[in-house]
Amino acid sequence: MAKTVNLKIDGISVSVEQGTTVLGAAKQINIHIPTLCYHEDLCVAGNCRVCVVEQEGAKNLVASCAMPASEGMIIHTNTHKVRNARRHVVELLLSEHNADCTKCYKNTKCELQNLASEMVITEPMFIDLVPFKEYKIDKQSPSIIKDNSKCIRCQRCVRTCHELQHVSALGVAYKGDHMKISTFFENPMYDVVCTNCGQCVNRCPTGALVEKNYIDQVWEAIYDPNKHVIVQTAPATRIALGEDLGMESGSIVTGKMAASLRRLGFDSVLDTDFTADLTIMEEGTELLTRLKKALVDKDTSIKLPMFTSCSPGWIKFIEHLYPEYLDNLSTCKSPQQMFGALAKTYYAQKKGIDPASIVSVSIMPCTAKKFEAARPEMRDSGFQDVDLGLTTRELAVMIKQAGIEFESLADEKFDSIMGESTGAAVIFGATGGVMEAALRTAYELITGREVPFKNLNITAVRGMEGVREASVKLENVLPAWSFLEGVELKTAVAHGLTNAHQIMEAIKKGEAHYHFVEVMGCPGGCIGGGGQPIPTTPEIRKKRAEAIYREDEGMKLRKSHENPEVIQIYKEFLGEPLGHKSHELLHTHYVPRKRV
Amino acid sequence: MPDKRLKRVDLIFSDECVYKDVLTKALKKSSEEIIKDILDSGLRGRGGAGFPTGMKWKFTAQEAEPEKYVVCNADEGEPGTFKDREILTRVPHKVFGGMAICGKAIGAKHGYVYLRGEYRFLKADIENALEKFHNTLKEIGFDFQIHLLMGAGAYICGEESALFESMEGHRGEPRNKPPYPTIAGFRKKPTVINNVETLVYAFMICNIGSKQFYDLGTADSRGSKVFSVSGDTPIPGIYELELGMSLETFVEEFGDGDTKAVQVGGASGFCVPRKKFKDTIIGFEGVPTGGSMMIFNSSRSMYNVLKNYVEFFEEESCGQCTPCRVGCQQLKLGIEAVKKGEKSAAYLDTLRKLADTMKISAKCGLGQSVANSFSSIVDNFKEEMIY
Repeated sequence: MAKTVNLKIDGISVSVEQGTTVLGAAKQINIHIPTLCYHEDLCVAGNCRVCVVEQEGAKNLVASCAMPASEGMIIHTNTHKVRNARRHVVELLLSEHNADCTKCYKNTKCELQNLASEMVITEPMFIDLVPFKEYKIDKQSPSIIKDNSKCIRCQRCVRTCHELQHVSALGVAYKGDHMKISTFFENPMYDVVCTNCGQCVNRCPTGALVEKNYIDQVWEAIYDPNKHVIVQTAPATRIALGEDLGMESGSIVTGKMAASLRRLGFDSVLDTDFTADLTIMEEGTELLTRLKKALVDKDTSIKLPMFTSCSPGWIKFIEHLYPEYLDNLSTCKSPQQMFGALAKTYYAQKKGIDPASIVSVSIMPCTAKKFEAARPEMRDSGFQDVDLGLTTRELAVMIKQAGIEFESLADEKFDSIMGESTGAAVIFGATGGVMEAALRTAYELITGREVPFKNLNITAVRGMEGVREASVKLENVLPAWSFLEGVELKTAVAHGLTNAHQIMEAIKKGEAHYHFVEVMGCPGGCIGGGGQPIPTTPEIRKKRAEAIYREDEGMKLRKSHENPEVIQIYKEFLGEPLGHKSHELLHTHYVPRKRV
Repeated sequence: MPDKRLKRVDLIFSDECVYKDVLTKALKKSSEEIIKDILDSGLRGRGGAGFPTGMKWKFTAQEAEPEKYVVCNADEGEPGTFKDREILTRVPHKVFGGMAICGKAIGAKHGYVYLRGEYRFLKADIENALEKFHNTLKEIGFDFQIHLLMGAGAYICGEESALFESMEGHRGEPRNKPPYPTIAGFRKKPTVINNVETLVYAFMICNIGSKQFYDLGTADSRGSKVFSVSGDTPIPGIYELELGMSLETFVEEFGDGDTKAVQVGGASGFCVPRKKFKDTIIGFEGVPTGGSMMIFNSSRSMYNVLKNYVEFFEEESCGQCTPCRVGCQQLKLGIEAVKKGEKSAAYLDTLRKLADTMKISAKCGLGQSVANSFSSIVDNFKEEMIY
């Protein structure tokens, strides 16, 4: 057992595990200490100084987030000295912050604003520094807007980009009064190594880093009588949206979400889960084809392991940092983009709608999806396949704007076609989900039997461990797949780009030998996506993941190949997985990008 | 308070000792014996903060981790300080000797000299001296290697934990403490980091013995110290003086007869006005200094002096923590606004309180010490700030 230390905070005795910070100890006895630069996902910076407290015997105040609790320590969190110092710190931050709150996207959702409100700051104590500086808002990225005038230099974004994502697109530049959060050579976010994952956006306490929102464009389309506006919703949105609308984390709101989208005025409410199932058909077949070419035909041009390609943050990461592995990426488009390509072809045909009049909107847990939708490769329907990509947060804003009382909505179903899905598609939202869905289908395809796991739950690929490995032995396979007899299918799962980096380095060094690797750009997978409700913490990710698996267990169909609409689309439109039409609409290619 | 007479000392720059013999003798001692000598001498860090050197060595020696380091802080950036440059120019071998002795005391095999970027011109000479030193060590048969690393011109990198970050190739930003360097310093390993002058004194103590050093100075400030004297003085330069003299005695010797104030300890130190010279002891019991002594005569505007300091801090703050980054900007703009009449004189009190907050809430010594010069100048020369 870990050693415990005893301390006293505001007169209350508390015992904590050694290594716990004063902040952590205070939390255990329900004493709230305000913080700004602290974030549970990140290493401690101790730089905002909002969380200072008084330690008896110490000359100076101590930052409670960075100070380890020690035996006999006596802490006061609410003294005159502490209050004064905190007030000064918040006043200082406000003086360098462009506090134009009513014109800010983060208005009422800003941590600095909350602190200022708590302290009832009505008359600024210090001189406004903003007019002394030149700020240029970086709006060039289709995903992220960076406004330095709102930045309070807490470096959460820098730590996120470096620690969680191993990208370091954001860093600290200059010193003193010129110190700022910047990019390589201060290039726009669009033109640096940024993967658009939006993890920085999810952790920015103010409006300095926000998603580029397309809310007004969606309203415009909805109000345009000449447009047929369809919407698709990603797997991870249905277990997180409720958080932004007053519900507990882990609430499943699939039916309410469908109902609210209909109330917003979308002409057709459809589901990305449909194309998630389709992805499994295409990607599974691609994997088996690669295995055959590699194992039977001994084709050395075939690259293994095959990497999943659903996560646009991961795609851009590999394009920037491991371009030599682009041929290892599955050529499958992400479910969002498969959906987009089919919406303006298959869907339009079936419904008899001119694809030019379709506005295709997606609701994603992701900011990178905005960039993905804008990629020049994603126009195989003859139009931009997905017109507007919104985050879960933006949808919540729209629901509030429309005056919909979300919690009281009765559940509704998705429209058809392209609204049907299975449990295998839902779990795409959690790390390991694509792997599990693929194994459920591929194993059955090869052996004619269900995967040998209780309730189809492949728990080895689930969980929050950064990198997980699992292997499945293929025995008694069907005659068509005899070359796979006895093969141990080796897979790995990674989430968060730091873990992706780790797995890529292992592969590069020849230390890891896999057939199939799933990578999700964000910690926890899409449930922890950059477009998900704020805050996202380890505990919240856990609750969202649990909800995803609950949703899966509750589905009637839990294997992608059993999705009736998937069977139908192959029969009516696509022919077969990896067929000609599939290649045209559902597969893509990637481009190497510069490393900085 | 006792007023030591001004006494010139010549421990550091005199070269009466046979270098190799001193080193051989010292390195034959056990770790405990060396640490005891340093503790007995009463030597305190000469960089300004004055932490007992022997304690630092002792704490580091106690760590079980086999990989340890000795780092010489030669990032001499405090305005008005130029004594380390002189030491490294004239007696670099004694600095290296101090490092080797420390290495023996704590069990380190590697030492690093972190040299201020602006001192690049010393690099070749130091490298030559290092080569000779390594040969001497080889002759003695002691395994210790000293490496030279260059800073790049940031004042903050003189702060020990920012210095480690810089050495490790990162941006020079101070770390959270604890852990302290004696537990987790360079490469997160136990590290002794000492100022150039401290290491020379450690070497000299091994030559003259702790007693002779201890007998100099006062109870709180043992030994002598190298001062960098500048400003309105007919005799600017480097002087090694016994600690414990009053500022009055100091000004009698170095002033031009019209001294109005002395800034003791550089921009991060305290400004002492003429009326307080008599009662101010230079040393840890009075006003400590890393060596910088800037003398101002009556022709100087203390507003300009202060503005220069806050501008310096505004620029040299690493920008990491709020009190320092924003506080410095506010102090500068604030005194400007008061001077111009845009803010009332009472705004100086607001700024004084802000400075007090910076002192107790900034992350590192830089931000904490801005208040020293700010408050001492504002308090003592208020009318100059207002009119």
